[in-house]
Amino acid sequence: MSERIETIREFEYFIGPQHPGITGNFSIKLKAKGDIILEAEAHPGYLHRGFEKLMEQRHWVKNVPMVCRICVPDPDPNEVLYAMGVEELAGLEVPERAQWIRVMVLEMSRITAHLFYLGGIAGALGLYTIPQWTIGDRDYVLDRFEELTGARVYHIYTTPGGVRRDLPKGFADRMHKTLDYLEKRLKDYYRLMFDNPVFQKRTIGVGTMDPEWAMENGVTGPNLRGCGVKADVRIDDPYLVYEKIDFEVPTADGCDMFSRAIVRYRELEQSIHIIRQVLDNIPDGPFLNKPGNPMMWRVPPGDVYVRVESSKGEYGYYIVSNGGVKPYRVHVRGPSMTHGIHVIEQLLVGQRVADVSAIMFSLDICPPDIDR
Amino acid sequence: MAIKNFFEPFTALKHLGMKPHTIRLPYEKKMPADRVRGFHSNDLEKCIGCGNCAQICTCQAIKMVEVEDVPDGFGRTKFRPQVDYGRCSFCGQCVDVCPTGSLKLTDKFIWVTEDPFDPETGWVFIPDNEKFPYEGKGWTTSPETSLLQLERQEMPERDPEERKKDFEPVIKGFTEEAALIEASRCMGCAICMQGCPTGMYIPHYLNAIEHADYERAVDIFFINNPLPEICGIICTHRCEEACVLGIMGKPIQIRYEKGFAASQVDDYRKVLGHPEPEKKGKKVAIIGGGPGGLTAAYYLRLKGYDVTIFEALDVLGGMMKVGIPRYRLPQNVLDKEINHIIDYGVEVKYNTRVGKDITFDELKQNYDAIYIGVGYHKGLTMRIPGEDAEGVLQAVYFLRETNLGRPPKIGKKVLVVGGGDVAMDATRTALRLGAEEVLLSYRRRIVDMPASDEEKHEAMAEGVKFLPQTLPIEIVKDENGHVKAVKYVKTKMVPQPGGKRPKPVPIEDEVYEWDVDTVIYAIGQAPDLSFLPENWLEKLELDSRGKHIVVNEYGMTSIEGVFAGGDIVNPRADVISAIADGRKAAEGIDKYLSEKG
Repeated sequence: MSERIETIREFEYFIGPQHPGITGNFSIKLKAKGDIILEAEAHPGYLHRGFEKLMEQRHWVKNVPMVCRICVPDPDPNEVLYAMGVEELAGLEVPERAQWIRVMVLEMSRITAHLFYLGGIAGALGLYTIPQWTIGDRDYVLDRFEELTGARVYHIYTTPGGVRRDLPKGFADRMHKTLDYLEKRLKDYYRLMFDNPVFQKRTIGVGTMDPEWAMENGVTGPNLRGCGVKADVRIDDPYLVYEKIDFEVPTADGCDMFSRAIVRYRELEQSIHIIRQVLDNIPDGPFLNKPGNPMMWRVPPGDVYVRVESSKGEYGYYIVSNGGVKPYRVHVRGPSMTHGIHVIEQLLVGQRVADVSAIMFSLDICPPDIDR
Repeated sequence: MAIKNFFEPFTALKHLGMKPHTIRLPYEKKMPADRVRGFHSNDLEKCIGCGNCAQICTCQAIKMVEVEDVPDGFGRTKFRPQVDYGRCSFCGQCVDVCPTGSLKLTDKFIWVTEDPFDPETGWVFIPDNEKFPYEGKGWTTSPETSLLQLERQEMPERDPEERKKDFEPVIKGFTEEAALIEASRCMGCAICMQGCPTGMYIPHYLNAIEHADYERAVDIFFINNPLPEICGIICTHRCEEACVLGIMGKPIQIRYEKGFAASQVDDYRKVLGHPEPEKKGKKVAIIGGGPGGLTAAYYLRLKGYDVTIFEALDVLGGMMKVGIPRYRLPQNVLDKEINHIIDYGVEVKYNTRVGKDITFDELKQNYDAIYIGVGYHKGLTMRIPGEDAEGVLQAVYFLRETNLGRPPKIGKKVLVVGGGDVAMDATRTALRLGAEEVLLSYRRRIVDMPASDEEKHEAMAEGVKFLPQTLPIEIVKDENGHVKAVKYVKTKMVPQPGGKRPKPVPIEDEVYEWDVDTVIYAIGQAPDLSFLPENWLEKLELDSRGKHIVVNEYGMTSIEGVFAGGDIVNPRADVISAIADGRKAAEGIDKYLSEKG
C-alpha cells in the first residue's frame, strides 16, 4: 500500500478564487501528495481596490464613506480607527457619549462578524443548519444597525469628532430585546456545534499552531487567544471607554480549530455583556464635535498609529499628515494580511485537502482586508 | 465523547416549526428604519444649486446640471444635482453639507429599470420630489448634524457706553486666528459672488486668507476693487446675504475678512507690482472724487490715460470721507487707499466745483471723456411748517461738517427723522457730539427700516431711543425762532395688495409733542446736477422718476463721451455699487476711446 502511494505524482490544486470553500475573492495554490498538502501558496490581489492610494486623493472627511469598505463583514473598526487617528493628529476631542456609542458599534460589529464566522466554519465542515441560523440571527443585529446608522452593512457612521447621528428614540429597549434573543440562541449554537461529534472530530487537534510560533508570526486576536495567550488590545492598550467597562477576555488552550471557534463563541457572550453595559451607562451630551469645514479642514503635520481589537485581531491604521487638506499617507494594518498569507501557508502544510476551507475559516480571513 | 453529544444536535429539531426570518413567507414587505439611506429626494424649489453636494461626493456620483423651470435669482443658480446611482454609495454626506436642507435621502431603495441609460427611467437622474418623494423617513440634515461650519467668529466691539464718547472705531478688528478660522468656513460655492455688485472673487480670496497669504488676497481684491480695506469695514455686504451658510446658521463675515487681509498689507503698490503703463496720450476728466471716481481713475490710469479728478471739497473720498462718520471708517484707512490710487499719477484739482470754478463746456472741450460721479449730496426736506427754524439741520450737512472737523452746534435733545443708514449715522454722531438724549422718528416699523440690522443694534445699544410709526407734522419755534418742540402723529400700517410692503397711514386724531431743541432730517438725498448747463441737461436722459441718470452697459450716458456712475445712476447707493460703476465706466471709456481712435 505505502509503495503505491509513493508512486503517485504530486498534484497541484487551485482553490479559489471561485470556490465554495473560499472566503471571498482569494485563492490558494496547493501542492499535495495524495490529499496531504506539501506546500501552499496564497494568491491575494483579486480584490485590490487601492484604498490607501484613493485616500491620499480625498479630503479628510471625504474618506469616511470609503474606509468601511476595507473589511466587509466587520467594517466598523475601520471607521473608528480612521476617526481615532485623525482625531489624534488634529487634537480633536471626542464627546464622551460618542465614545460610548463607538464602543457599542464596535461590539455590534464584532457580533455580526463572529456570527458570520461560526456559520462559515460550520458550513465548511458540512454542518449547514448553523450557517442558516447564524446568518439569520445576524440579520437582527443588522436591523439595529439600520436604525442606528442608516445602513445595514456599510454603516458610514463614525466620523472624525464623534458619530454622525445620535441614538434613535427607544433604541436601548430594542437593542436589549435583540440581545435577549441572541443570548437564548447562543445555547442552541453550542449544542449544535460544539457538542456535535462531527464538529469535534473535524476540529480538535486539526490546524494547530504553537503559541510561540504564533506570536513570532504575527498572529493576533482570537486566533492567538485560541493558543492560550491572553492578548487583547482592549486590555493591553485600552482605547475609547473600554477601561470603564467590565468584561473578560476568553482564551482556550487547544491551539487548534476548535479552540479558535470556542474563543469566538465566548466573545459573543462578552460582547453582549459589553453592549448591555453601554446601554445602561451611556452618558448624555453631544455626540459630535464637528471637525472643520470638510473642504478646507487641514490636519497638523505628524504621524500616528492607532489600533483596536477587531473581530479578526489587531487592526491598525498608520496615518501621516503633511498639514494638508488630504492625508499624505494612510497605511492599513489588517489582521488578515498575516493570517491569510503568511500563517496559512505554513499552517496548511501536512494537513488534508478536505480541511483547507475549514482551516481558512477558522483563521477568519477577510480577503478585502488583505488586498485593500 | 459522551453519548449525550450524539443526541445534542437533534435538539435543533425543536425549531422546525419556527417562523423563518430571513425569507419571510408569505412575502412581507421590508419596513425600512427611520433614518435609512435610500434614493435621493430634492426639493427643486428650495435647492439653491450651490453644488456643495457635488463637491463633497467621494464617489463623484453627483454632477450639477442646468435645469430649466426652477426659480432663479439672487443667491441661487439654475443648477441642480444629478446623481449617478452606478457610482453613489449612499453615504449621505451630500445631505450633511446641504445648506438648505432640500436634499434628503428617502427610505426608498428599490429601483428596477430595463434600460439603465434611459434619460427617463435610467439610473442617472435629477432627484426631485416626485420620483422618490420624501415622506418623513430617511436621512436628513439639521444644524446639529450638518458638516457645515454654522457658527461664526464674532467681531469684537467696544463697549457701547465707552465708544459713544468718542469717534474712535467701534469694531476692534479680527485677530489673525479668528480671521483664519472664519475664512476656513467657506465651502467655495461662489454663490456670494452674485451678491457683490462688482463681482469680487470671494471664494478665491477667502482661500488665500485661509492660507494666511494676504498678498495673494490683495492681488485678487484689486482685480475689481481698488478700495478693499474701506469696503472691508463699511460695505453693505450683500455677499453675506447671499452666503449659503446664512440659511441654516450665520454667514461668513466676508466683509471683515477682506478688511483684515487688506490691513495686513501696507504697501499695495509693491505687492501688486503693476508695470508702468503705456501712455495713451488721452485725457479723462472725473467729476467727483468719491469711490466711483477714484475707482475709475485707478483703472484708467493703469490703462495709460491721463486722469484728472475735479473735487469740489479740499479732500478726496466723497461720501466715504464726508458722509460716513470716523467711528465707522477711520481716517488712516481712507488715507492709505486713496493715496495708493493718487500715487499712480492721478491729477487732483481740489476746491474746484464744476459749474462754478470751471464750466462743463470747458471740460468737454479739453478732455476726451468725462466721468460724472457726484453722488447725492443734497438732503430732502419734509415740507412741514416751521422748517425754517434755527436748529433744523440736514443730516448730509451735519455729517459733512462734523467729518471736516467743524461740527455744527446742536442742543441737548436731538430728534433725527428717517430710518436709513444716514439716520443711524446722524443719531450716533449726535450722541458723540454731546447730545444727552437722541430720538429717532420713523414712520414705519423698526423691521421696515432700510438701515442695516447691525447699525440699528449698535445705535440701540448706544442709547438712541427709537420711535417707530411716528410722523412729525410741525416744528414749533420759540420766541427766538429756535426749535422748541416737534408735533407728531402716530401711524398705522396698512397692508398693500400684491406683496408690496405695508404703507404707513397717519392717525390724525391725536397730536403729540416731543420737547427737542435740534431736528436733523435724514429722509433721503437727491442729486445736485445744477453744475450742468441747461443745454447739456436737456440732452441727458433721466429715468422715469427723474432721480437717476440712464446709462448703457458701459456706463455711458445719452451724451457721447460722458459716463456716469455711483448714486446718481445706481439706486442701491452704496460704496461697492459706486466702485462697480466706476470700474464698468473705466472699461467703457477705454473701449470708447480705443474705438474712436
